[in-house]
Amino acid sequence: MKTFDLTQNTVRELNQALHDQSGECMEREFDVFSPHGQHNIACGLDQNLSVNIMGHAGYFCAGMNKKATVTVHGNAGQGVAENMMSGMVRIKGDASQAAGATAHGGLLVIEGNAGARCGISMKGVDIVVKGNVGHMSCFMGQAGNLVVCGDAGEALGDSLYEVHIYVKGHVKSLGADCVEKEMRPEHIKELGNLLSRAGIDEDPARFKRYGSARQLYNFKVDNASAY
Amino acid sequence: MSNELNEHTGLRESATFDRSTMAEIRRAAETGIYDIRGFGAKRKLPHFDDLLFLGASMSRYPLEGYREKCNTSVTLGNRFAKKPIKLDIPITIAGMSFGALSANAKEALGRGASEVGTSTTTGDGGMTAEERGQSKKLIYQYLPSRYGMNPDDLRKADAIEVVLGQGAKPGGGGMLLGQKISDRVAQMRTLPKGIDQRSACRHPDWTGPDDLAIKIQELREITDWQVPIYIKVGATRTYYDVKLAVKAGADVVVIDGMQGGTAATQEVFIEHVGIPTLAAIPQAVQALQEMGMHRKVQLIVSGGIRNGADVAKCMALGADAVAIGTAALIALGCNHPRYDEEFRKIGSAAGFYDDYQEGRDPAGISTQDPELSKRLDPVEAGHRLANYLRVLTLEAQTLARACGKNDLRNLEPEDLVALTVESAAMARVPLAGTCWIPGQSF
Repeated sequence: MKTFDLTQNTVRELNQALHDQSGECMEREFDVFSPHGQHNIACGLDQNLSVNIMGHAGYFCAGMNKKATVTVHGNAGQGVAENMMSGMVRIKGDASQAAGATAHGGLLVIEGNAGARCGISMKGVDIVVKGNVGHMSCFMGQAGNLVVCGDAGEALGDSLYEVHIYVKGHVKSLGADCVEKEMRPEHIKELGNLLSRAGIDEDPARFKRYGSARQLYNFKVDNASAY
Repeated sequence: MSNELNEHTGLRESATFDRSTMAEIRRAAETGIYDIRGFGAKRKLPHFDDLLFLGASMSRYPLEGYREKCNTSVTLGNRFAKKPIKLDIPITIAGMSFGALSANAKEALGRGASEVGTSTTTGDGGMTAEERGQSKKLIYQYLPSRYGMNPDDLRKADAIEVVLGQGAKPGGGGMLLGQKISDRVAQMRTLPKGIDQRSACRHPDWTGPDDLAIKIQELREITDWQVPIYIKVGATRTYYDVKLAVKAGADVVVIDGMQGGTAATQEVFIEHVGIPTLAAIPQAVQALQEMGMHRKVQLIVSGGIRNGADVAKCMALGADAVAIGTAALIALGCNHPRYDEEFRKIGSAAGFYDDYQEGRDPAGISTQDPELSKRLDPVEAGHRLANYLRVLTLEAQTLARACGKNDLRNLEPEDLVALTVESAAMARVPLAGTCWIPGQSF
């Protein structure tokens, strides 16, 4: 295991050391101490690494992650795991807005709450939030799954494409073209798998499913008021 | 109305309600929805034609046209990047997406640009193998939609262009109607086939220039600070936007005037939002100069550039390079008269075609139809583009030598005068034959 103390090393030095593993991997486990909310920690990883960030991280932590498992033992700032491709990012605390934005793959687990626009424009990632999510979550979500074990704020799933949204708690309001859908056995199974992968003990049968009504997929004069 | 009709009948067409305006009112009344089209602003605007060069005479010393060198190369992005881009000519190809354009058209743009040692740019839809393969220098756009965005392609790029807006629609997002969402386009953008795709107008994970500074740092971290990062904005509040872009950490700022083209957006957007390219350049240069960053952060200008004179005038006003989009497509064969009969079958005519969003381009450029796409030979079209770029360069050099400059970037505002009060005020050069720059004291 290699350790970095961000009061002694720069984020650039840390990221370079992590990127250097992309070719021949010399070290798979990294512990990062004293992150003190610095931005862009552990972004652009491309190797089966395990990175533990022992404190709070700032913006874009684990951005564009591929293959690596990154755990933040604290809170994460804006855009955590943005555009993630694969691997897993776990936030032990809360995540700020735009968590998992545009992410294409992998699993993002937020054990606390997530702020506004969680999963905005998500493109295939699976996001599991143990707590609540803020307003406009999954805005323009294209693909993947968003699981919310708590409540969801206003305009959930606005202008949604093909993301499956599962919410256990209260949804303050649904966004344009987002509707509640039947929870069929295949969805119970899918949700059960997601919760299991995230390590969260919840009963899938207590969730509701939301998805796109697909009424705004093509421009229609009759829909003008919805745009 | 033709003059012939006017002279023989005495009929007078309204300047306010001309036939084009009346046609649009009828179209709106029939359909109930705004007009969507491609191309750029069609209205007449103050432009580079309103400027003239003051060639050398007694008080200035010209260079020999065929004997003395006039440098055209430019290096972009040497503020922070470990690998700045060196271009042989200061004319680049602007971002245009695969999706809006056919794969053959994208390949042709790459081939043409590479043949003359300049760069081309991806667009809203990601990087295609054809484009990367044929582009020696490729700029990868980072757009609000993030369609196809991935770190592998990011690291393959020679520079990254963070797009905040474009001249045809500052404040608006991209639009690609269902006719052009083929299987391949849908797969690249992770969208259902055949939907009307509406790109976001704001980036999803940052708001404001302070956030953008952190975002740029993230992109630099992911790419290990190797490649330059551009910021592209549509021309509106250009003075302030350039200052904020520099503060956010841009290596290069790209300003796209309202004559810049688009694949599709609302006509009202194209014609009524933004400022002319001519008006934007002095604002951008002033901002850079006040920050002590002119020539340190390079300025690329686009929007309605057609010939070497336009290139030279941009550079005289302070740009380091220009980018062309619409003109490059015309060089490939867009709107070519050889397809006039087919243009007429779809309700248009060669030279007027702007319904890029419909995907029925007879020239095989703004389409995803496999049969139409085949009409464009990327090798031959790429060579045409290269020829055109050579002509632009030769023309710009001709003007620079006439002004006594051995480098295109040595052209300066002092080499220019304006033909109209409006253009003099916008370009901040004197009205021809006077020493008067409107808005400035004598």
